[in-house]
Amino acid sequence: MSPNLTLVIISGVLVASGVYLLLERSLTRILVGVLLASNGVNVMFLVASGAAGGAPIIGITPKQEMSDPLPQAMVLTAIVITLGTTAYLLALAYRSFQLNGHDEVADDVEDAAIRLLAEADRASDSYDADTQGQPDEVGRGTADEEGERVATPDPETDDAPEAEGGADAEPPGEAAERAEQHQFTEETR
Amino acid sequence: MNNFVPLPVLLPLLGAGLALALNRRPAAQRVVSTVVMVAVVAVSSALLFWSDRIGPIVLWVGAWPQPLGIALVADRLSSLMLVVSSVVTLLVLLFSMGADEEERKRETPVSIFHPTLLVLSAGVSNAFLAGDLFNLFVGFEMLLFASYVLLTLGGTGERVRAGTTYVVVSLLSSTLFLIALAATYAATGTVNLAQLALRLPELPDGIQLVLQLLLLTVFFIKAAVFPMSAWLPDSYPTAPAPVTAVFAGLLTKVGVYAVIRTQTVLFPDSQLTGLLLWAALATMIIGILGAIAQSEIKRMLSFTLVSHIGYMIFGIGLASVSGYAGAIFYTAHHITIQTTLFLVTGLIETRGGSTSLNKLGGLAAASPVLGILFFVPAMNLAGIPPLSGFIGKVGLLEAGAEAGSFLPYLLVAGSVATSLLTLYAMAKVWNRAFWRPRSAEPDLLELVAGGDADGASTETATTTQATERRPLPRPMVATAAVCVLLGVGITVVSGPLYGLTQRAATDIVGGQSYVRAVLPEGIR
Repeated sequence: MSPNLTLVIISGVLVASGVYLLLERSLTRILVGVLLASNGVNVMFLVASGAAGGAPIIGITPKQEMSDPLPQAMVLTAIVITLGTTAYLLALAYRSFQLNGHDEVADDVEDAAIRLLAEADRASDSYDADTQGQPDEVGRGTADEEGERVATPDPETDDAPEAEGGADAEPPGEAAERAEQHQFTEETR
Repeated sequence: MNNFVPLPVLLPLLGAGLALALNRRPAAQRVVSTVVMVAVVAVSSALLFWSDRIGPIVLWVGAWPQPLGIALVADRLSSLMLVVSSVVTLLVLLFSMGADEEERKRETPVSIFHPTLLVLSAGVSNAFLAGDLFNLFVGFEMLLFASYVLLTLGGTGERVRAGTTYVVVSLLSSTLFLIALAATYAATGTVNLAQLALRLPELPDGIQLVLQLLLLTVFFIKAAVFPMSAWLPDSYPTAPAPVTAVFAGLLTKVGVYAVIRTQTVLFPDSQLTGLLLWAALATMIIGILGAIAQSEIKRMLSFTLVSHIGYMIFGIGLASVSGYAGAIFYTAHHITIQTTLFLVTGLIETRGGSTSLNKLGGLAAASPVLGILFFVPAMNLAGIPPLSGFIGKVGLLEAGAEAGSFLPYLLVAGSVATSLLTLYAMAKVWNRAFWRPRSAEPDLLELVAGGDADGASTETATTTQATERRPLPRPMVATAAVCVLLGVGITVVSGPLYGLTQRAATDIVGGQSYVRAVLPEGIR
């Protein structure tokens, strides 16, 4: 079987542009990337099915001239799945736009926090020595114990506000806006 | 008897439709989904019994002349996986129903949650039963779609963020899977696993290697094997507790199952066992190091989940009967334990108002029951004797020592180290959440991270305040207790269970009995 070169090139170009768009931050572009890549793969199935032929129905096309129906059935399934995915991603992008005013894929907050912790050269929270206090029945340290607890003599505590100031580059207006928006979505829910 | 094979797929699908139709009557929905899942458990158990007695049960759907049509195969491996996964899904369902009315509305609204969970269960069963690659793909898509919806339940900012990453990664792996399918079909002219087993060895080595690498990459993404594991700890922790529990238990294990099938049926004389072993080592070590750095229980558990996938890949990489037996046993053990731990974490969140180790404290005194519920599975995960985690690990270590060359011994050392570090991570949770007094100090992480963390975590902060220190709903505690007992029960029956996994491993090594069962007439 010699594959159809045009189909191979089309499929390659589609997948390549799809991958490029997948690497973008904006969800809408990612969506277009997904569409292109999956169409590229669908074309690839046509390559896999071999030479083109007539409709694979007994009595209409002689056996030797039929095209292979199985890959086309697979492509149909794949198309349906892509349709569902597209609808879902659109909804996700719209929701993200509703919540944040943009549809960009955000970094993970916890990861960023741990990275900042490392940059500020602070020990991890699992490194604590202040466990002399005993829990009472409800597990709440009593007020006395809270008072007795020796404030950790941490020379770096003074640095903390500095680090905070460094990270807190966000203008206050934006934060308020976000809080407002949050409230708004809470109400609409 | 053959006609029972499609039931684990059909029943949940029908149940999902029915539950969706009944979306205005939550009580009826609950009855439907519970009955359906109980039926699936029963059918799966029957399949396991039969396949253990008389060998693989095969159904050619639609009764087309072989090898046309789709084959569903329930051998020992797939029916064991079916039983464990359906039991776990049933327990998670009961757990979610145990939450009180208000919480249920917020976290797992019945009208969406039940049908979606049933579709997820159908997808998982379909993947386990699939006798051809394309049906495996369809099974994956079913469970992935259900998981997209479950992961973004409620559509809060945090979940949309986590869901985006998850959806894009899953889409990428699905696209790769399709490419692998197209390539396989172009090279062999079939996607039936048994037929592929006969035709693949005739291909040139290079093409075989490409196909194998493609398939393994796809399944490694699903199973979260390093370096394709970064998406998992990013996306799992934000979902509601029952959802995370069922994801952690099932989704990655379906990937592991697919790897087992690839390595045994399709490429029994694999050249890539060395690669698998290295991947297993990296997954174990890097996963557990990630877990230690976390101060949030759900994230820590997600990292241990990644890390322990390494154990299963280790067993598969050994490519011996004892290796596969260990891997299968470990998978069954890990599904129950990981689900239990996430469910208990859900209870911790209800009781303590948070899952951050910096905010929790004094839980052992406040709720001793919760302490026991956490302690037993945590020790089980770390592999403390005599619990099932220990038995699974010893099995894998013995299999590694049997292989006897340098790399397996390195893996043995790696898995012992991982086990110790898991114990360390679990002890950290225990010490900080359960034993130390509750502190009122501000979160150091938030102090350092400043406004950045604050702004984005407003969402969680408001929800945690609402749930601050509520008593635990009894049905949830009871379900979690049943999960813990199930984990302990695996220990009790580990003798017969290990025997079963050994027989399952003997079946699949070399892939011959699978091919004979599916294609008795030997069609190529």
